[in-house]
Amino acid sequence: MIALWIAVGVLVVLGLSATIVSQRRRPRRGAPSVTAPARAEPARAAPAGREEPKGALPEAAPEPPIAPPALRERLGRTRGLFAPLRALGGRADVAAAFEAAEEALLRADVGVETTDALLAELRRTQAHRDGAAGLLGALSEQLVAVFAENPDRALRFDNEPGVVNVWLFVGVNGVGKTTTIGKVALARRTEGRSVLLAAADTFRAAATDQLALWAERAGTEIVRGAEGGDPSSVVFDAVQRAKARGNDLVLADTAGRLHTKVNLVEELRKIRRVADREPGRVTEVLLVLDATTGQNALAQARQFTEAVGVTGVVLTKLDGTAKGGVVIPIERQLGLPVKLVGVGEGTGDLLAFDPGSFVDALVGL
Amino acid sequence: MFDALSERLERVAGRLRSRGRISPADLDEALAEIRTALLDADVELGVARHFVEAVRERCSGEVLAKSLTPGQQVIKAVHEQLIDALGGEALRLTYASRPPTVVLLAGLQGSGKTTAAAKLGRWWKQQGRNPLLVGADLQRPAAVDQLRVLGASAQVSVFSQPGDPVTTAVAGVEEARRLGRDVCIIDTAGRLTIDDALMDEVRRISARTEPHYTFLVIDAMTGQDAVATARAFHQTLALDGVILSKLDSDARGGAALSVKEVVGAPIVFASTGEKLGDLDLFHPDRMADRILGMGDMLTLIEQAERTMDQDVVARSADKLFSGRFTLDDFLEQLHQVQKMGSLGGILRLMPGMSKEIRQAADQIDDGQVSRVEAIVRSMTPTERADPAVVDGSRRVRIARGSGTSTQEVNQLLKQFKEMQKMMRGMGPAAQGGAPGGRLGRLAAARGLGGASAEDSLAEMLAGRAPAAPRTEAPRPPAGSKGRGGRNKKKGGRVTPPKGR
Repeated sequence: MIALWIAVGVLVVLGLSATIVSQRRRPRRGAPSVTAPARAEPARAAPAGREEPKGALPEAAPEPPIAPPALRERLGRTRGLFAPLRALGGRADVAAAFEAAEEALLRADVGVETTDALLAELRRTQAHRDGAAGLLGALSEQLVAVFAENPDRALRFDNEPGVVNVWLFVGVNGVGKTTTIGKVALARRTEGRSVLLAAADTFRAAATDQLALWAERAGTEIVRGAEGGDPSSVVFDAVQRAKARGNDLVLADTAGRLHTKVNLVEELRKIRRVADREPGRVTEVLLVLDATTGQNALAQARQFTEAVGVTGVVLTKLDGTAKGGVVIPIERQLGLPVKLVGVGEGTGDLLAFDPGSFVDALVGL
Repeated sequence: MFDALSERLERVAGRLRSRGRISPADLDEALAEIRTALLDADVELGVARHFVEAVRERCSGEVLAKSLTPGQQVIKAVHEQLIDALGGEALRLTYASRPPTVVLLAGLQGSGKTTAAAKLGRWWKQQGRNPLLVGADLQRPAAVDQLRVLGASAQVSVFSQPGDPVTTAVAGVEEARRLGRDVCIIDTAGRLTIDDALMDEVRRISARTEPHYTFLVIDAMTGQDAVATARAFHQTLALDGVILSKLDSDARGGAALSVKEVVGAPIVFASTGEKLGDLDLFHPDRMADRILGMGDMLTLIEQAERTMDQDVVARSADKLFSGRFTLDDFLEQLHQVQKMGSLGGILRLMPGMSKEIRQAADQIDDGQVSRVEAIVRSMTPTERADPAVVDGSRRVRIARGSGTSTQEVNQLLKQFKEMQKMMRGMGPAAQGGAPGGRLGRLAAARGLGGASAEDSLAEMLAGRAPAAPRTEAPRPPAGSKGRGGRNKKKGGRVTPPKGR
């Protein structure tokens, strides 16, 4: 009996999914229109009064780094993956040295493909001539060279008058988007930018409250939407409000979403489209990645880039034991630059990414 | 999830299958492929090595030589090793003789503790328990608010107070006792394993509340670090089990394998979606099936048993197989299925699904279900009973009434007809398998999810081209007999004993 009714249920699902899939394949008629809802209440946040109009900034000046690169000290606490290789010393057996290097790279989440490619290159250049130390040195040079392929790590900002810059923060659930936005807001405020936060994560319970607390800390305004409301409308409102109040930068938080959920990724596309409407201009789409993530980060980077054109990566939680080595294949295969790294829960624990320090911390020189 | 792993193994198997004999070199190549697949799936390096060696042992020359299908033999060895590595038996949850049973959740930031806490609350409520959620994450801004909102929608009450997490947790357990709650779930702040102060804090929470179960919540997308994290938490808290979150991603979840292997704590629950109902007991054997692309029919059956209204379903089943299935029944049925959780999640659990279908499962948006519903609701009773009467002008009316287009109405009618046809073909097979208790039912259900249904669906998906190119559907190595035997050994689902 049970088999019968499960069969019915399952077949209904099958039939329905077929219906839905074929509906999805049909081209959409007409772009979805966005209406500004009346529900975005005026910001309840804090002393946003000090918005000095900025003097003439140089055209398209690159953003100064958020903090001096203190990455190395912050990462020093993690265990040394390359210690076994280093311990082999100068008279190391070649096979053993390469095996130790392979093991270290794999354990750093660099991934099989990239590890193989890196090691093949090292073999070709006879990097092991000078023993383990030579191999290690050559490897870190090689890693630095990977990062050198994507030299532009400055956060993009458009100084054209009348334009509201929008930085969109995207990523899967629980990587630290909201926290990152809070830190970025604070850093920009300190620099004298007038920032507005858009709480477009209307899905996760209390996400808006979390961002509002950050807004208070950073002394910025926040535009909120109703829980479960349309996130695009929140971004739309935020851009309009920023225009009206003369804010030049909107930081938009979005709900964490798995890159495999087609409808949620579609929603993100719409957010981006709406944010890009005059006077808004999306100048950064930052993918927030958790350093503990393994090879799946590549899939995330690939699919978010395809959907909303990611312009840079924020690597969070680098203060833990994870090395975040997966950014190496991301830089190498996708050409996506890491722009910021998160190294703690404190307000200042967000640093500009510095390839040298990162590689040093990884290899442990 | 685990897709690439099963695909790769299939490829290896395909190569081996074409050979009558497998040389040691062939086996080495296959094992190297398996190792790469495991590493790509984020299985920890040491665990992957150990796994490959264990598979090699299972495939000793003798076994392979005797087998007519050495390729299948390798796959079988991998499958068995996966079950072993993923945990053998499921954890049997029991309850404290003096309630409440205290459950402590710990983990890194963003691993999904708060969501897992609420889902656990709902799960226990469904088990007929009376849980209390305790919000002891006083670190992350608004974490307690999040728990309160989630608790409200799960209809589980939440306790928290500002101040110190340790005192809050203790007060929470006290509150649970005072209110006569039998399960008390403590949500703690996310913490890094190298943060000594915070690790000490959670140790003190554990010491003061004396939890019966301490669960580590770990993200299925975690990389090599999963092992270090699990080990550190295990040393601090003596873990009883692991909750694997975000398993609905395409992450291959190698973390599951690594953690079990290194810490020894079984994976107890797996979270497979954003809805509060998307939490299930973790079953290693089913997971192994899933890794190898065999679906997870048992979970499906359990979900159905738990949530569906048997009378309603039985009535429609009768109608269905006697060919009197109407659109009204379809709608009713749809609501029953929806109760089980998100449709995409259900479809994923289906055995023998090809890649296209699993991708289709990702695209199902529960919002679209309401469009279908709107269309059906815009029909007259006559039309629902006999969709054949729906002509051109009726279509226009229905489309207008439901706010959809005539194309969508057409689509629905067409699919409904296809479905009726498909089900008529299914009827006898399902009825034949029905007697014979659980195994018989399972076999029947498996048969339904098998080739014919998939073929029809593949055709439907492909639209015009009936012979759609599709990946070779992975088949169980040992047929339903071996699988049935295993299920029997395991003794079905974990039902907590009452009155302890």
